[in-house]
Amino acid sequence: MRSSISYIALKTIWIKECTRFLRIWIQTLVPPAITMTLYFVIFGSIVGQRIGEMGGRPYMEFIVPGLIMMAVITNSYANVASSFFSAKFQRNIEEMLVAPVSPAVIIGGYVGGGLARALLVACIVTLVSFLFVSQVSVHNLLVLVVTVVLTSTLFSLGGLINAVYARSFDDISIVPTFVLTPLTYLGGVFFSISLLPDVWQTIAQVNPILYMVNAFRFGFLGISDVSITAALGVIIGFNLILFITAYTLLKRGVGIRS
Amino acid sequence: MKALSIRGLTKTYKGGHVALKGIDLDVQAGDFFALLGPNGAGKSTTIGIISSLVNKTSGTVSVFGYDLDTQLTDLKRQIGLVPQEFNFNQFETVQQIVVNQAGYYGVPREVAKQRSEKYLKQLSLWDKRNAPARNLSGGMKRRLMIARALLHEPKLLILDEPTAGVDIELRRSMWDYLEAINRQGITIILTTHYLEEAESLCRNIAIIDQGVIIENTSIKGLLATLNRETFILDLAPTMGAGAAAGLQLEEFQWRVIDDHTIEVDVEKSQGLNRVFEQLSAQAIKVVSMRNKANRLEELFVDLVEKGRQPAEVGA
Repeated sequence: MRSSISYIALKTIWIKECTRFLRIWIQTLVPPAITMTLYFVIFGSIVGQRIGEMGGRPYMEFIVPGLIMMAVITNSYANVASSFFSAKFQRNIEEMLVAPVSPAVIIGGYVGGGLARALLVACIVTLVSFLFVSQVSVHNLLVLVVTVVLTSTLFSLGGLINAVYARSFDDISIVPTFVLTPLTYLGGVFFSISLLPDVWQTIAQVNPILYMVNAFRFGFLGISDVSITAALGVIIGFNLILFITAYTLLKRGVGIRS
Repeated sequence: MKALSIRGLTKTYKGGHVALKGIDLDVQAGDFFALLGPNGAGKSTTIGIISSLVNKTSGTVSVFGYDLDTQLTDLKRQIGLVPQEFNFNQFETVQQIVVNQAGYYGVPREVAKQRSEKYLKQLSLWDKRNAPARNLSGGMKRRLMIARALLHEPKLLILDEPTAGVDIELRRSMWDYLEAINRQGITIILTTHYLEEAESLCRNIAIIDQGVIIENTSIKGLLATLNRETFILDLAPTMGAGAAAGLQLEEFQWRVIDDHTIEVDVEKSQGLNRVFEQLSAQAIKVVSMRNKANRLEELFVDLVEKGRQPAEVGA
């Protein structure tokens, strides 16, 4: 009985979240398509022709998985951060707080919404890449799917935690601007870290996004700068840490209960 | 059966503000109960704790026997909350808002859609079911919040200032609706600034001020304690200027408002007949009469003022 109530509540939050980002598709689905097209044109076609190969693959093919992953990361984070903060701001988060909805169900619903948007955006970016790459091969479908789902979950959780602490709309743009964007750019989206001096290769390995981009690239192309086992371990580890953090915050009512 | 039982409830906010100082309150099942108090008295904090939007500092709360600390899920299912401020997503449609709310309580989507038709029709919102909530008028938004609170069919409906800013006609229709659902067995707890609303709708009342319950009784019992009422009498305009100032009224305290209007204080023991006897003897014609203030309002002001008088300091 309890589980069926939780399932209905979870499905309700998920449907509400999907309806939200589909209702404002011009803000949520179109921008990643345009941005990634520009990346493909500038870095892939124009700059890429001079670079030649990277990791044994044409540069355009090399950056496709990284760009998809970049879109997944930013859209997962932005979806949950803005939706949850709006719910706090408009106080409609109270609709869930007065109802018998557990923190885990709230997290599940919001993360599910972030995941749905991220996967849809990933499909759009993949379709855009077909305009620039003759064929997109899949080396290991399981690693590909597991990596994209876990990465999207991870950044959805990150967006949720950010929104819990945020007091204004400015607060939900600080982390993407000053943390996510630099880490993504330095996480091997556009280059192999084997090109870096040894010291910087070591420093780069502290960046968790490096593991996500490389695991995803392995799923597509079968090449990676890091061990896949280590990469999946890092992603799962961060997921656990962020889930426990988000659960504790919601359970205590931080930022949402007086 | 008690719909609500509160014992020793306290709330101290982070900044140190003590909103509740250990209140006890019981509301019987089926009651139509008013919780009154001036701004900042602790009404919204009490409601916030019952509906688990505010964490209590100490004390116990149970709703239909379900304890807030140990049976929160069951407790929440008994309650429908209509908050003071509009707190729905302004971009969602009317039907999405109510159906989603039911979903949070575990009502399957198809059942929720059927119920939404019933409640939105009852509250004259069915025609607006596909409209975004931001396009509704203030009165419609208030009714939407009532529909939203009822969709999971709670046993206790809590309304925090439900008719604030609503025009008289709509307020009356909301009163009729609330009376009808109360007759069907839903217990209602209401906070309001319109004391006329509490007097005409509610059977029992608690008055809270500065975090303390200063009165908890039936409306009838409370009104019975009213010893004095002030009436405004309008005199016939044919009586000429200064008619009011020239009249004599013995035994009563009275004041002239203008040439044709007076204000008379009548003790319960005196009765109104003596006023009219004296006016008739002076050939003064009264064309209309009304209470100066709502009777409950007078009591409310008296009780709150009495509660705020400084306590005598012992030697």
